[in-house]
Amino acid sequence: MDNPGLAPEKRLDATTVEEAIAYLRLEYADVVSTDDREGYQGLIVDSKRLVQIARVIHDDLGFDYLSSATAVDYLGAGDQMEMVYHAYRTSGGGALVFKAQTDREKAEIPSLTSIWRGADFQEREAWDLMGIRFPGHPNLKRILMWEGFHGHPLRKDWREAYYEEDQKPFDNRWPGGHVHRAEEKNVFGKNVTYPPDIDLGRLMDSSETAVYQSLGLGVDVERIMDKDGFETNELVVNMGPHHPSTHGVFRMVLTVDGETVTSLEPVMGYLHRNHEKIGERNTYLHNIPFTDRLDYISSMGNNHGYVLAVEQLMSLGRKYNPPTYRCEALRVLMVELSRIVNHLWAIGFWLNDIGAFFTPVLYFVQERERILDFFEAVAGSRMMCNYMRFGGLFGDLPERLKSVSNLTNDRVRDYNTMQFLTEMINERIPRTIDDLERLLTQNEILIERSVGVGVLSREDAINYSAAGPLLRGSGVDYDIRRADPYSIYPELDFDVAVEAEGDMYARYRVRVTELRESVRILKQILPRLEATAGESIWADGKPGAYAPRVPHGEAYGRVENGKGELGYYVVSAGGRGGSSNPWRYHVRAPSFINLTPMGIMSRGYKVADIVGILGSIDIVLGETDR
Amino acid sequence: MEVNLQELNKTEFPVPAELENNIAITSLSELYNWGRRNSLWPMLFGLACCAIEMIATAASRFDFSRFGFEVMRATPRQADLMIVSGTVTKKMVVPIVRLYNQMPEPKYVMAMGACASGGGPFKEGYNVVSGMDKYLPVDVYVPGCPPTPQALLHGMIALQRKIDGQSIANGDDVPWYGVGTAEPTPVPVLGPDIIDPRQMDMIRRQAEAAATDIASIGIRELPAATQMVAARVTADAAAESETSPVSQDALSFVLPTGAAPWAEAEDIREKRKLRALARKALRATRRAAAAEEE
Ligand code: SF4
Repeated sequence: MDNPGLAPEKRLDATTVEEAIAYLRLEYADVVSTDDREGYQGLIVDSKRLVQIARVIHDDLGFDYLSSATAVDYLGAGDQMEMVYHAYRTSGGGALVFKAQTDREKAEIPSLTSIWRGADFQEREAWDLMGIRFPGHPNLKRILMWEGFHGHPLRKDWREAYYEEDQKPFDNRWPGGHVHRAEEKNVFGKNVTYPPDIDLGRLMDSSETAVYQSLGLGVDVERIMDKDGFETNELVVNMGPHHPSTHGVFRMVLTVDGETVTSLEPVMGYLHRNHEKIGERNTYLHNIPFTDRLDYISSMGNNHGYVLAVEQLMSLGRKYNPPTYRCEALRVLMVELSRIVNHLWAIGFWLNDIGAFFTPVLYFVQERERILDFFEAVAGSRMMCNYMRFGGLFGDLPERLKSVSNLTNDRVRDYNTMQFLTEMINERIPRTIDDLERLLTQNEILIERSVGVGVLSREDAINYSAAGPLLRGSGVDYDIRRADPYSIYPELDFDVAVEAEGDMYARYRVRVTELRESVRILKQILPRLEATAGESIWADGKPGAYAPRVPHGEAYGRVENGKGELGYYVVSAGGRGGSSNPWRYHVRAPSFINLTPMGIMSRGYKVADIVGILGSIDIVLGETDR
Repeated sequence: MEVNLQELNKTEFPVPAELENNIAITSLSELYNWGRRNSLWPMLFGLACCAIEMIATAASRFDFSRFGFEVMRATPRQADLMIVSGTVTKKMVVPIVRLYNQMPEPKYVMAMGACASGGGPFKEGYNVVSGMDKYLPVDVYVPGCPPTPQALLHGMIALQRKIDGQSIANGDDVPWYGVGTAEPTPVPVLGPDIIDPRQMDMIRRQAEAAATDIASIGIRELPAATQMVAARVTADAAAESETSPVSQDALSFVLPTGAAPWAEAEDIREKRKLRALARKALRATRRAAAAEEE
């Protein structure tokens, strides 16, 4: 009898999430308890037996996909550190949330990398920023900051050099306060402080040494014999952080045997801009423009995930109006246009990487510019749209599009909005996709370069928590818009793009199909916009609270963004009347986690393929490093 | 780009009208600057969101090759202009300064966007440098978050104007027209926090002041837990320097040593603690005495 509390004929991996929770509660009552804090969900697992329970969750209950693993510091609210895991099934359905708690001073939680390899970078991040150790982790080194940095910055009692107050708005800014320049208050005139035990006599930059040591590399070349008995050398090569094909300030440390890559380790953090620390000082509303700067290619999608998370939290309270139908339709419109921008950009730059230098990009940028013109006219900015609000949007579509900044070559000076959209969706974008396919899909060079290169197997893709086109290119039929639907996606008709091969070409094909599917969705959105014209985007006709008071609880909002699953884990510590700042604000960034399998994907390929493989993952550093 | 000789003609000597398109009389500085301002090669180098707008400026619609910027070079050795397009983090500023040192003179730096100009929206972040000019001399600042392509073009034209004003004749005008070799900018060091070698003395003074109980805002008392870790990290680094085969040479950058009165500082801190305890005890006895009297 292995499933007490369930109908006997039901298989464990076909249970609902509630049943799975009930099963764990019954079977492992001594180590598993329900999380009954107000507004929280899921289970709390005794960290001593976390690995065992996680194995049951993964093997028996079938939650094969670890979406997010992150830490929360409950200083002053129980004084413990907590790891929060969100596990899903790739067959679809909701999350099984489980947590493990540990002491703040001696924070230690067993590593789950042996079960989900996707926990690798996320646990390193939790060590780096929160100071939790993970016994059993194969390479527990700092990942975003450098080795040797003082302290773990996301802890609640850690203060940055420019610290003013715990929460915004800062007193000296409003009302009537005057803003000062933070540099003027710091003796060094810049954003630094040093711990009192800084030893200047013996100080050295050990960050680089640490990188190589953690990879098990010395600077000496290693002597090896090749298969014919010749002595050869294995070299360590650095690509990045300044490199034209790493899509930003990203770095890879490779060891090569001749032209063949024998190992690859991503090194990141060169664009770590402390998104989460700043996000926890900000009010909820403040964070919307910050999300724009995560994946700066598709800011609309970033907005969407965040407002979904906060709306989940707000819905726990009494006064909450869900967005209207028109608002949802507009959100989908914007998000799908962003996806098109994202995929055009991704394909263009991937082609750059495999040798078609800049020419294809020029054609794709043309279409992108048109979409950006539309964004600019609607939201006020080309790239950083800052468009969505909790329960609504910044504004409805304008009657006519009047471009603000484009004074040259301008086709969009004054245009009827719906006509512009209709033309763009029905003619321009499909034409661009046709062109793209005609020139590329059967292109011999492209096929030669990409078929069979950078292969990621189905099992690895799931186990490494890959997301988006990387996951679907490996034959996993998993798209959050279908698997765990949100907004009005359930009523829209579209197919999930899947390719089985798992190589660069398959990912390219997934992106092209998704472009077409996005157009298909957009075509269904147009009549919905026509039908709801004149309706309000706000539930009761007037804008919702700009600075909402959010009730106590936790929420995980996730969307299928261009690059994959983008999730926001938000904790509100609101007492009575709610809180105006998040206690914890974590971003599950697809670009970051998709790099976890980069090492196994590149082993055995040539150096020249590496940039192509990276390009086919499609990362953006704003999101990778946050 | 079309050559307009009339524009170059900067002299009071009259050129006959029929030769105006063939002959120009001008100064060497003018000619030299005219050549340079129209062939500035930016470094192919993107940091963050602003880089995307920089690419858009290079692409079909805005096309900055119209102004002579077309050849973007991925190596600093062939670049004249570093467009710092995005947030400069402490971790990244080290390679940036190295890249700058590798660029041949004359060289220019443009801070594109709010982040590169002054830290931008992420200024308060612990890993963010409050503007490129904290480490490198910046020639042009372009505001915006991100600056639109038009704004970037405007910044580039502003740089061209700046070049127009520089003179070969005057050695003090810009460093590279003078005699002698230029000093490289010191490369920052990643210690417990980023260390600008130019501020070493100041850091040392502050550390001593903190240790000897003079209020200091630069050196911060960390909360207990973090302090522990910081101490361990330093110890690790020390251990590494003795054991690791790598750290002695190419990879590490050892700072000039200076004697810091650490033992003394420890001593003083210890005494301070004792004094505080004594005061506390004294207060407690007084309070007890007062209570008894009542
Ligand atoms: S200025 Fe704005 S757009 Fe530019 S890098 Fe900074 S945050 Fe990004």
